[in-house]
Amino acid sequence: MDSFWELLRGLHDSYGINLVHFYDGFERGRLLRGMWTTVKLAVICIVLSVVIGMIGAWLQGSRLKLLKALVQGYIQFFRNTPPLVQMYFFYFALGPQMPRIVNEHGIAQPMLGSFEWAVLSLSFFAGAFNVEIFRSGIEAVQKSTVEAADSLGFNRLQIYWYVVLPLAIRFCLPALNNNLVNLAKTTTQAYAIAVPETLFVASQIWSDRINVFEMMITLLTFYLLLVGMFVWIMARVERALHVPGFGR
Amino acid sequence: MRRYQGDASCAGPAEPAPPAGESGYTAANFTPRALAIVLGVFCVVVLAGEALAQMRSGGPSRSIVATLVAWTPLILFGPPREFGGFALNIAVSFLAMAIGTVAGLFLGIGQISLSPAVRKVSWAITQFFRNSPWLVLLFFVMLLTPFQIKIAGYTIPLPAWLKATFGLSLPVMANFAEIVRGSINSIPTSQWESAESLAFTRMQTIWRIILPQCVKRMTPPWMNWYAILTMATPLISIVGVNDAMTLTQDALAAEQRSELLMPMYGLLLVFFFVYCYPIARWTIYLERKFAVRS
Repeated sequence: MDSFWELLRGLHDSYGINLVHFYDGFERGRLLRGMWTTVKLAVICIVLSVVIGMIGAWLQGSRLKLLKALVQGYIQFFRNTPPLVQMYFFYFALGPQMPRIVNEHGIAQPMLGSFEWAVLSLSFFAGAFNVEIFRSGIEAVQKSTVEAADSLGFNRLQIYWYVVLPLAIRFCLPALNNNLVNLAKTTTQAYAIAVPETLFVASQIWSDRINVFEMMITLLTFYLLLVGMFVWIMARVERALHVPGFGR
Repeated sequence: MRRYQGDASCAGPAEPAPPAGESGYTAANFTPRALAIVLGVFCVVVLAGEALAQMRSGGPSRSIVATLVAWTPLILFGPPREFGGFALNIAVSFLAMAIGTVAGLFLGIGQISLSPAVRKVSWAITQFFRNSPWLVLLFFVMLLTPFQIKIAGYTIPLPAWLKATFGLSLPVMANFAEIVRGSINSIPTSQWESAESLAFTRMQTIWRIILPQCVKRMTPPWMNWYAILTMATPLISIVGVNDAMTLTQDALAAEQRSELLMPMYGLLLVFFFVYCYPIARWTIYLERKFAVRS
């Protein structure tokens, strides 16, 4: 490995191709930590937003008019406002209103840091889309299937959890994948509230080491790999969940 | 058990999965109530801020509503004799959409080219820009294009907002290319064959027969992407353009009052909502109107 880093260092010395974020141990370390933060952020947001989508879609089937209107308001609001402004609203406007806690050094700090706020705002943003996606899947579940479950004595929650949702998820997987890929890409916006994710770390490195072009290429490659990997995994999931007799 | 019942006639998924990149706005159930709810919540936020201010401040300070009203012209139209604010966001969205649409049209046609080389290159460009995060592309364009270009003795300055517009148009271009490709592929083959039998050249077939038929089915996803683009415009504040987001933060910095945080950011959210929500509704309307019954 060391000889490879030496090769990259040589590339800089002889050709001016500055890949310092690979061969320098310190820069490499913080870049890798940034990438890890991005992956963590993406995974937590994906899980949370899917949960929000499931709950929201279930609430939309409620008999209470007020509850339905609230869910509808949430969806429309989060879908029709910029995610960046939402993030600022959460972090700068809601953040200071939160109670403060005392950390182990005896210093008062906000209860939620920038990472947590990024997770919350991104999850609510993507969750709004997921509610609609799940709902379209639920609407595609045949009436006869629901009636069959009803006649077998399932209650409302059981029908939703054991019968409707498993089918609905399969129906809406393509749309869901799409939205989740978008979510993974939107995690870059956490840059704006100084979450040390890949873009943030990259901008620090290119400011310190003046290697904007090389860093940019690395950054774009990283995100293409990340999205590519996610798409590959979801395609596997889609195949694994396939129910015979539906679709092609 | 009426809740889960879908359209009784459809056995499988209610609708084919949208092509990649067209996420969102699919089966929305829009009600004008949503607008009322959002505006109502905003009023509650402002009133809560007002109450908070009453409790905290000892000295005389302007009421929240008066402060919001005072800053609104700046946030909407930018500083006097300068172009900025929410109007700039809209202008950037129009321009980026125009650039993205024209470039995406050619990129989409390139993807169905008869030459394998053109096809592969167009495909690669589309995938690259479609799968990169907007903010990274924005940084890419902002930092790697010069601030002015010299052509034959003329110096053409490239202001930051123009570069940002170009940066935002790249993902739009790639996504619109996919829409173009998808809708061209959805035109029945018989259309191509009849055109051929009438001795149209390939170029004529595409421009005079296929694309005009595509316009209708491309419009709803195109509008959807316009809304997505508009909601991405605050990103240009990160790279230092005087848009509504930057000015809101400037206003907050000038006021130095923490009880203004929620109302001010809320106001900005409401601006975007009031602009984007009708577009979304109209998109749904057109989508339903143009829907092909199978």
